[in-house]
Amino acid sequence: MKLRSGSRLERVLTAGHFAVTVEVGPPQGPNPEPIRRKAELLRGVADAYNVTDNQTAVVRLSSIAGAKLLLEAGLEPVMQMTVRDRNRIALQSDLLGASALGIKNCLCLSGDHQKASAAGKLKGHPGAKNVYDVDSIQLLAILKGLRDQAVQLSGDPIEQPSPFFIGAAWTPLATPESFRTLRLAKKIEAGADFIQTQAVFDVARFAAAVAKARERGLCERVAILAGIIVPRSARMLRYLNEHVPGVEVPEEMIRRLEAAPQPAAEGKKIAQELIAAVRVIPGVRGVHLQAIENEAVLPEIIASADLLPRPDLDAEPARAAAGRNR
Amino acid sequence: MIIAEAKPILELVQQLAGLRRVLIAGCGCCVAECAAGGEREVETLAPLLRMALQVEGHPLEILTKTVERQCEWEFVEELAELVPKVDAVLSLACGIGVQAVAERFPDVLVYPGVNTTSLALREEAGLWVARCQACGDCRLGETFGLCPVARCAKSLQNGPCGGTRKNGKCEVDENLDCVWNLIVERAIARGQLETLLRVRPPKDWSNSHHGGPKQMLREDLRP
Repeated sequence: MKLRSGSRLERVLTAGHFAVTVEVGPPQGPNPEPIRRKAELLRGVADAYNVTDNQTAVVRLSSIAGAKLLLEAGLEPVMQMTVRDRNRIALQSDLLGASALGIKNCLCLSGDHQKASAAGKLKGHPGAKNVYDVDSIQLLAILKGLRDQAVQLSGDPIEQPSPFFIGAAWTPLATPESFRTLRLAKKIEAGADFIQTQAVFDVARFAAAVAKARERGLCERVAILAGIIVPRSARMLRYLNEHVPGVEVPEEMIRRLEAAPQPAAEGKKIAQELIAAVRVIPGVRGVHLQAIENEAVLPEIIASADLLPRPDLDAEPARAAAGRNR
Repeated sequence: MIIAEAKPILELVQQLAGLRRVLIAGCGCCVAECAAGGEREVETLAPLLRMALQVEGHPLEILTKTVERQCEWEFVEELAELVPKVDAVLSLACGIGVQAVAERFPDVLVYPGVNTTSLALREEAGLWVARCQACGDCRLGETFGLCPVARCAKSLQNGPCGGTRKNGKCEVDENLDCVWNLIVERAIARGQLETLLRVRPPKDWSNSHHGGPKQMLREDLRP
């Protein structure tokens, strides 16, 4: 089958492998070393590495530059791009630039609102003027146009197509739940090839949401990667449950971490269990792991979840045709 | 209506310190309705400002006058008698009124006494919530009469982001309804949820501020 972007992530999914992506947060400064260190730490444990775009509306090294630094280190990036800070002109210009740098995977997001930023420790920029010229779904369609028709949103041609593997987020358990399947459908209609979900803790409810997507035929059209946040403490889980919309943490999981003599170790175990649990949900084709500023725990978790080594695609070209739509 | 809110008294004190005589000009229209710049607010503010400036060592004589609408020339004209007697006008009208006064009386300093914030509706006593952003491209028919441009913190066009709280409020403000949640509820009540499935294309913002300051020219009404 013809690949859309030829990215490693696309090839892994097309070959029918269960994909692994992890998040790499860029530093709040101009030093590339933190990204290079994370790249060394995480080399080989995932198929692609998300570089966040000023998450929580706090200024960091840009996702384009972060993605390029990962490429230089030999890792494949998923460049996150929000519509909060760029209008349709800047978005498309940055996308063309990213493409020229060899960046293929792009995750299209609304972006955290600047007023809901930073959660206390940092000032952020709550007085900023946001953009929101287009929304995340319209951005998906922009990428699809750049790739499939070699046209800008305006209809003006670009010199050659821009090969993107197009990603979107999905928060299936956020209010209004009855609309969330439709919103997923809209994202696929607009151009999404893969989905990275909001963090899953309540596997039963997540599985039910994926089942609804499956019934609508959506899982055949898009690769869903279930989001997994590695919990570190009961306090963190309680915070996520109470303050992050769309994150539902079962009370017994919070109690389990509360009772654990070593919460960090128990958290790693929970992450492994979550990976195993989402892996068997029909329609889930990978995991997206976040260990917020605690990336060192990821290799061990991925190894114990039996997801290593990551597939060596060059060594097994024959599987590519066979594995689609497992 | 146009919504404005009173500026902090300290800001006004700093602005007016050193002046001898000031006219506080109220407006009887929107800013009176939202209790920011009507006659009542003018008459309450005048003695407060006088006292505050006196304490700071800047005695100030204050005149007051509230006209029906500061955004129409014939009413602005009612200030003509008082303006020559003062060093400055503190207008409690919206930004339109402030500019009308400044335009009509170019020889006098005009300061704003309120911050103009939004086009809003009074939802209940003492609560005004934005309803319109004057985007110049109204699509309220597609969203069951609820405006995501003005009422969604991200002006999203294709449904709610992941930031809708369990109780249907917006993550940006715990007291603010997620308008997309309201749109979905209204769609469900009408049995038309699937109409929201259509991917709505990017808006054309050029008929609002983004196309340059808006001018409306009606040839049929020209002299």
